[in-house]
Amino acid sequence: MISSNFITNACLLILFLPLAAFIVNIFFGKRLPRQGDWVSISAIILTLILSLSLFVGMLSNWDYKFSHEIYFSWIDLGAFKIDLGFWVDNITIVMLLVVSLISSMTHIFSLEYMKGDIRYNRYYAYLGLFTFSMNGIVLANNLMSLYIFWELVGVSSYLLIGHWFEKNSAADASKKAFLTNRVGDIGFFIGIMLMFTAIGSFNFQQIFAGVSNSMISGSLLTFAGLGLFMGAVGKSSQFPLHIWLPDAMEGPTPVSALMHAATMVAAGVYLTVRLFPIFTTEALLVIAYIGGFTAIFAATIAITQNDIKKVLAYSTVSQLGYMILAVGVGNYTAAFFHLLTHAMFKACLFYGSGSVIHAMHHSLHELHDHDTDPQDMRNMGGFKDKMPITSLTMTIATLAIAGVPLFSGFLSKDAILAGTLYFVDHHPEHWILAFFGFGAAAITAFYMFRLIFLTFYGKPKMPKVFKGIHESPKVMTYPLIILAALSFFIFYTLPYFNPFADYGWFTKLIKATNSVVPGNPTAKEIYDGVHHAHYTAMALSLIVASLGIGLSFLMYFKKKFSPESWAKRFGVLYKLSLNKYYFDENYNRFLYQPFLKLCNTIAYIDWDLYDKYFINGFGYITKLLSKITGRLDYDGLDQTLVDGIGRTANSAGKNLKTVQTGRLQNYMLFALIGVIIILVFQIT
Amino acid sequence: MENLSNYLVISSILFSLGLFGVVTRRNGVAVLMGIELILNAANLNFLAFARFGGMNMSGHVYALFVIVLAAAEAAVALAIIINIFNNFNTINIDDVSEMKQ
Repeated sequence: MISSNFITNACLLILFLPLAAFIVNIFFGKRLPRQGDWVSISAIILTLILSLSLFVGMLSNWDYKFSHEIYFSWIDLGAFKIDLGFWVDNITIVMLLVVSLISSMTHIFSLEYMKGDIRYNRYYAYLGLFTFSMNGIVLANNLMSLYIFWELVGVSSYLLIGHWFEKNSAADASKKAFLTNRVGDIGFFIGIMLMFTAIGSFNFQQIFAGVSNSMISGSLLTFAGLGLFMGAVGKSSQFPLHIWLPDAMEGPTPVSALMHAATMVAAGVYLTVRLFPIFTTEALLVIAYIGGFTAIFAATIAITQNDIKKVLAYSTVSQLGYMILAVGVGNYTAAFFHLLTHAMFKACLFYGSGSVIHAMHHSLHELHDHDTDPQDMRNMGGFKDKMPITSLTMTIATLAIAGVPLFSGFLSKDAILAGTLYFVDHHPEHWILAFFGFGAAAITAFYMFRLIFLTFYGKPKMPKVFKGIHESPKVMTYPLIILAALSFFIFYTLPYFNPFADYGWFTKLIKATNSVVPGNPTAKEIYDGVHHAHYTAMALSLIVASLGIGLSFLMYFKKKFSPESWAKRFGVLYKLSLNKYYFDENYNRFLYQPFLKLCNTIAYIDWDLYDKYFINGFGYITKLLSKITGRLDYDGLDQTLVDGIGRTANSAGKNLKTVQTGRLQNYMLFALIGVIIILVFQIT
Repeated sequence: MENLSNYLVISSILFSLGLFGVVTRRNGVAVLMGIELILNAANLNFLAFARFGGMNMSGHVYALFVIVLAAAEAAVALAIIINIFNNFNTINIDDVSEMKQ
């Protein structure tokens, strides 16, 4: 049993240590030895240790009902009261561990990857800010502070994606990420405000209580739920706001790993997991469809991409779609499970790709070749022998993401697919969701092995470059090894050793709670249904995964079919996929350009019509009126009345002045005359 | 002849003469002389009232005061006129109008 005092202090430290590292590095980083990277690293390692101790505490506690909330009053205006605080339960603790683990791996990996960067200290500072914001989201016990940290995550992703802002593409990508997220955040904000208006609180527990008391219900609740989900669509890069994520690859590769595995995109899924109890059936259906569609849609794009990071980017979008699908079908603990396992193998894949790109970069640098793209898989091949550790770890992570037994991805994917099967079983009209799920699983297996075969196997496509390739230093390979190790099933099923089981510490400690929306299926119904579908899902997912892997093996390893001829045969589809379904182009043509046109028209109306005729006309009339009143004032009032009084006084003074002769005798005479007049009056 | 009005007539004539002197004369000393006449007209009035009115002895006392006062006044005024002469080189009071605006 861990004391609540310890939890509070640990959470405070976990939250604020990265922030402290950020502050130190942003202000003093340049002046510190080694540009202050050791500050960030020691802060994040401490965070990791604290998260680990919380995690161990959770395991020793072994209580799936554990929940701990602390808060303080932030704004207290009588009826209007906002409390900020932490809500710590098992989900929070697991998520904290994921964030701090991936973040520390990123910090360590970047030591080598970012060596010699011109803004080294700033890079580490921003990593700290990113971790701080993400921990803030994880710990939040209310929508208000969650929203604050949500935006902070947006800012820090903007800063990190645009780390090399001298490159136009990086600057554009960071802008795109920020603006696309903003679209989602509008919905998120509307959702928050709807909840607050109806229930009068931002606190999760109070919102749940409010929803179960029907303080908000029906279509309004659906609408609020969809608004909140829109925030997740933006952050977790779901269709149709997925466009920012592949472009975000412009940032340094460790940042991509951090962002795609643990912090940014996980935030959206984490939000839906947290808010699951308030989603209505209709909202969940929309969520399921968006997630399922994103999963298969992004997977089909990933097939044809040649940039190693782009493949991983679309695979992230696809996997996030999976998690959202799992939330949508009601099996939200599976979504969180996949978030956890995905964080490990996806981070591993990104570090692996970083390691490959790093090696390519060095080799190209030595050849003074600045035209060859170091990220293009068509320039790689056969790296297996030169980079054994990278190759091995990436293969393990790929096996995990493809859903091969004995690996973590198998467990979580199976849980999601079982949930989908259960849902389709109950609602046969939504059979396409199952198709989305299993289809995406097959395609994922295919393109991930394509990546492995193209990069690590076959003949080197550029022998000159190949000569210069060498394994990355230990700082980079150690995180790879750790994360690859964490891609094995054993870490998720303990204390059981059955790799096909759908139970382990995770499922024992993280149990779904009932939806608070009246009429939704209870957690037990879902659990039983999922359990029932478990083996069917497992068999099916094994079949589709081996189909995908097999096809990839034949095509890219054995070269039984030539990918080129297939590409020709499916010319239109190939082109669509290669060009990402022309999403950017269509958004540009149908959204941005009309929007710009609209803006220009409004600007024209504003500047050239409204300003010129109305505002300026108004000004002209005012000027004219002022002139008239001015004339009246100056020539009329001033000249006659004001000046007139003055002039009268003046002339009176002038005239009376003559009386003051300065001659005493005159005065005396006047006095005499005065006396005589008074006497005359008195006598008469 | 022994009645008040005769004295009053004589004193008013004296007063008028003094006033005339004060008002018309340009010479500062002549103006002073006019003032003496006015004072003496007042003295005559006091004494006349002491004799015929009810003032009795206080009339005499006042007259004595006025005489003393006239002497003091003459001394101060003459000193002023000497100063004026020193400063302006004239005793014509029309030329001594520095204070005029």
